[in-house]
Amino acid sequence: MPAASLTAVRSFVEAPAPVRPAISAEGRRAFAFKGVGKRFGDETVLDGIDLDVPAGQFVAVIGKSGCGKSTLLRLLAGLDRPTSGSLTLGAEEQGHSRTRFMFQEPRLLPWASVVKNVEVGLTGIASGTDARRRALDILGEVGLPDRADEWPSVLSGGQKQRVALARALVGHPQILALDEPLGALDALTRIEMQQLLERIWLAQKFTAVLVTHDVAEAVALADRVVVISEGKIALDLDVPVARPRRRGSAELARLEGTILDRLFG
Amino acid sequence: MSFLSRLQANAIGWVLPILVIAGWEAASRAGVMPANVLPAPSAVAEAFWRLTLSGELIRNIGVSTARALAGFAVGGSIGFALGLANGLSRLSRGLTDTTLQMIRNIPHLALIPLVILWFGIDEEAKLFLVALGVFFPIYVNTLLGIQSVDPQLVEMGRVYGMDRRALFFRVILPGALPAIFVGLRYSLGIMWLTLIVAETISASSGLGYMAMQAREFLLIDVVVLSILIYALLGKLADSLARLLERLSLGWHPAFQNG
Ligand SMILES: Nc1ncnc2c1ncn2[C@@H]1O[C@H](COP(=O)(O)OP(=O)(O)OP(=O)(O)O)[C@@H](O)[C@H]1O
Ligand SMILES: [Mg+2]
Repeated sequence: MPAASLTAVRSFVEAPAPVRPAISAEGRRAFAFKGVGKRFGDETVLDGIDLDVPAGQFVAVIGKSGCGKSTLLRLLAGLDRPTSGSLTLGAEEQGHSRTRFMFQEPRLLPWASVVKNVEVGLTGIASGTDARRRALDILGEVGLPDRADEWPSVLSGGQKQRVALARALVGHPQILALDEPLGALDALTRIEMQQLLERIWLAQKFTAVLVTHDVAEAVALADRVVVISEGKIALDLDVPVARPRRRGSAELARLEGTILDRLFG
Repeated sequence: MSFLSRLQANAIGWVLPILVIAGWEAASRAGVMPANVLPAPSAVAEAFWRLTLSGELIRNIGVSTARALAGFAVGGSIGFALGLANGLSRLSRGLTDTTLQMIRNIPHLALIPLVILWFGIDEEAKLFLVALGVFFPIYVNTLLGIQSVDPQLVEMGRVYGMDRRALFFRVILPGALPAIFVGLRYSLGIMWLTLIVAETISASSGLGYMAMQAREFLLIDVVVLSILIYALLGKLADSLARLLERLSLGWHPAFQNG
């Protein structure tokens, strides 16, 4: 992309009131990485990551395959520990218990009905009829109200991911970490799922961290896009575009260009 | 599949056996098949009736079934417990698996002379052999089942806060169940086979003993009857296992249109 449009983006980003609230007075912090590094043996995957995310923000993480995006999410979810630096969670995120993880695969239990799978998301939070009622409610929200008692194996790929989303959301997480959850879906189902995700995020206002390969998806959904390259944050870009966003609009296309330049420039 | 069409599918399986029996009866009546080689089905049915009336048949079936079940319970539960332990604990597997794999390579029927020396022809001999025969299929398949549980599902369970107990009962055991059923059905076959051999060689009651007695008195109809009853009992055990399988693996795509 030519330099002219880059400048255009920059001025656009800097001009309006900052979307990212300074984390101080009213803005609570969801989590912060401070100089976080992660090594596997001799291989340094992440190196000095600083990332401060206020509660309720939608962050997209982009980077080439193998750059450490999943590793970053696993650290956030407490599945792994950093080898250096520290990760602090906001006051209300108490431990990792209110962090939920959505995987690239649905990872549904094939031997449990759809509603029982959603109830897995309430482990340690609710049980019995209360759990079932809450699971049914959220199944309604993801558009599968009448599939509650079926086996996962009869659902389509997109429907399975909806169930996985319902399972992640049913416990009202503070932080939702999504590791390319839509990567395996066809283009149309994907857009549908993006809209669903945005709608639920707007309603529940959790902090979302979405890892994706799809730059268009990132700018369509996120408040902020973080590009990781060679273990560091190479770009940290706000997306100050009002919602609902129109896919393919000039604004989004410009931001997309900036990100692609950084990835391949 | 509807109930009716299922019945039809089952009925097809019975056509061949019925034809064979009819042909056999005809051959015997026509004198093509001498009665001292293979008695006619009607003769076998007569033997069945005779032994049922005298109570001998029921008693022997009871004795054999009790032996089979006792051996199965002992060997099966030890195999299941060890399979679970070795599937879940690296330490336990390291300690015992190599030894068990070595023992597994001895055909258990090769131990018969030794077992007779140890236990004579007492009940323990049969119990020991059946338990040993049943042990390995259950052990191997339980271990295999647990090792083949999808690690991604286990990770999912952990992320969603399941404790070890919940993880075992909701993720690991159901995931291992299809393999465990394979082991169960296989071990039921071994159970009858072992019992037949053991009872034929050394026993003073049971179906195998009945058959050996009949051979001494040249009662070939009783010999054939015993063989048929073994076949029926084996089939019955297998059907029960399949029913259990169907009931507990309803989620499995392989069982959804059966
Ligand atoms: N448990 C582990 N042990 C050793 N190396 C690991 C481990 N997990 C990740 N890695 C290495 O860390 C690097 C980053 O992996 P990661 O899965 O985070 O990449 P990614 O950005 O998510 O890639 P993709 O987009 O393909 O999913 C890779 O080189 C990978 O081999
Ligand atoms: Mg990844």
